Amino acid sequence: MIINSRFFNRSELIGFIALAAILFVILPLSLDAFRLNLVAKYLTYAFVAIGLVLCWGYGGILSLGQGVFFGLGGYCMAMFLKLEASSVENTKIQSTPGIPDFMDWNQITSLPLFWQPFHSLTFTIAAIILVPGLFALIIGTAMFKRRVGGTYFAIITQAVAAILTILIVGQQGYTGGINGMTDLRTLKGWDIRPDHAKVILYFVEVVLLFGCIGIAQLIRLTKLGRILVAMREQEDRVRFSGYSVANFKIFAFCMAAVFAAIGGAMFALNVGFMSPSFVGIVPSIEMVIYTAVGGRMSIFGAVWGSLLVNFAKTSLSESFPQLWLFGLGALFIAVVLAFPNGLSGIWSDYVQPRIDRLLASRKSKPGSAWADNSVADGAPAE
Amino acid sequence: MLIGHQPKEFLLAVEALTVSFDGFKAVNNLSFYVEENEIRVIIGPNGAGKTTVLDLICGKTKATSGSIQFRGKELTKLKENEIVQTGVGRKFQTPSVFEDLTVFENLEISYPRGRSVFGSLTFQRDSAVKQRVEEVAEMIFLKDRLDTYADQLSHGQKQWLEIGMLLIQDPDLLMLDEPVAGMSVSERAKTAELLNRIIKDRSVLVIEHDMKFVEDIAHKVTVLHQGQILSEGTMEKVKNDPKVIEVYLGH
Repeated sequence: MIINSRFFNRSELIGFIALAAILFVILPLSLDAFRLNLVAKYLTYAFVAIGLVLCWGYGGILSLGQGVFFGLGGYCMAMFLKLEASSVENTKIQSTPGIPDFMDWNQITSLPLFWQPFHSLTFTIAAIILVPGLFALIIGTAMFKRRVGGTYFAIITQAVAAILTILIVGQQGYTGGINGMTDLRTLKGWDIRPDHAKVILYFVEVVLLFGCIGIAQLIRLTKLGRILVAMREQEDRVRFSGYSVANFKIFAFCMAAVFAAIGGAMFALNVGFMSPSFVGIVPSIEMVIYTAVGGRMSIFGAVWGSLLVNFAKTSLSESFPQLWLFGLGALFIAVVLAFPNGLSGIWSDYVQPRIDRLLASRKSKPGSAWADNSVADGAPAE
Repeated sequence: MLIGHQPKEFLLAVEALTVSFDGFKAVNNLSFYVEENEIRVIIGPNGAGKTTVLDLICGKTKATSGSIQFRGKELTKLKENEIVQTGVGRKFQTPSVFEDLTVFENLEISYPRGRSVFGSLTFQRDSAVKQRVEEVAEMIFLKDRLDTYADQLSHGQKQWLEIGMLLIQDPDLLMLDEPVAGMSVSERAKTAELLNRIIKDRSVLVIEHDMKFVEDIAHKVTVLHQGQILSEGTMEKVKNDPKVIEVYLGH
């Protein structure tokens, strides 16, 4: 009678099992450590894409500045790792030992105050969540309470991404500048660079990814998830049903920011450095493209979009470095024009009905009724 | 005008309300009072400011000056969602329902509980909610369409759904902007029946052009013209007012 009462419907369950099997079993068994580490790098963007599904797909809030939160999370993690790598022993050739190398190169003689708490891993983990969360809260409150939305909001998020990049590049004594924070070595004394560490970090990341998928799915199934959908199409009706639309938008934007930040922190761990080239306008737009390609209404689609587009990026930019950006642009235009629901839309519109028909024709009469229901289940709510 | 009573007795007291858009006064020094359980219909030619008056009461448009008191609370200072929570419900002229959600979900969102962010995260679809949704769905003739997505409904059904969404809010003052516009004859009759049932125990402010419909339901009629009251009183009185015949009914 009442739909959405189960955690996953049938097609979502299949998607969940397939993704879990591939990420937990098939990829680790079939790829070498280097390739698996590449997958880990691609998956860090999946965190951002899941956040964008909630914020953009469901809530209709297009943010073109998710790189900001990815970057904030990544820099928080990188600051901790950098401090650990800059022990007095490791840096005894510097004129001031015990501070990160880029500070020494920029004639800074003591560790700045805001770096101090990043000696603590507990603080760092809290900061990875809270710094981007609070920043999103401030931007969201400033924008949504004033009813700034749509294109204007997207442009402002781009401006924020540009500002943060300029700030990081300009303050190189404090941030490592354009090169970012490199040469990250250990986490609480555990070397993160060798292959076996990369494999462990990959699994940690996949577990966190499924945690985020679970949280996103949980939010989607509450009344809040339905209010986000309602808000996307009839903002005034939601307002005149007694809801503060701004608060719901702020919530969705903050959740997306926190997911992006977790992705950024995992990026710093898996890739071993963090730089402003993952903060600015171009990476932020790329993250939106991953979500669009995967399907902005689908949480699993977001993961697939991030994996496949990044895989294509790596393969194509190795052979045709100049063509990749054009390819990415063309891909975005093609998805928006032809497949507004992305890969997940193609799956539920074309592939799944065919599978269901195939199953139905193979089974006898009771089977066909069951298959008819599931076609309706998989069809997107346009 | 009939301002003999103390203002306290009124459910809604609009006084000296003015709104100006770039110097054009869409509503000009307007005052009127709605009593408990009264059905008031606002009529008037196009551009008279009827919809603007509803926009001002529900907070969609901010007043330039004047006051709107609802149960002694000043509405001009409140936000839209706070106005809803004091007990004012508004139906828009074009049906505005959530097309990507089912009829059940549409009604559930309007159920007056869990309206904060965390309230809606922890909102449970318990038996009280289900019962109320089914009850209202029956009233609005959509009982067997609860699982239908709202984009599959006809125009008339969407209008009913929106009325149902207001009904589930249980407002003390219900504002309806042309509830039967664009409906077929049979839908119109059903809507009149529906409205007659839901207007019990609450005050209703209706904008409508269908004079037969107005005569059926109105306790009192206010005629607006160029943002001001042209005439006010019973339908009988208004119909025979020469000013009203000249600017509105004569057409």
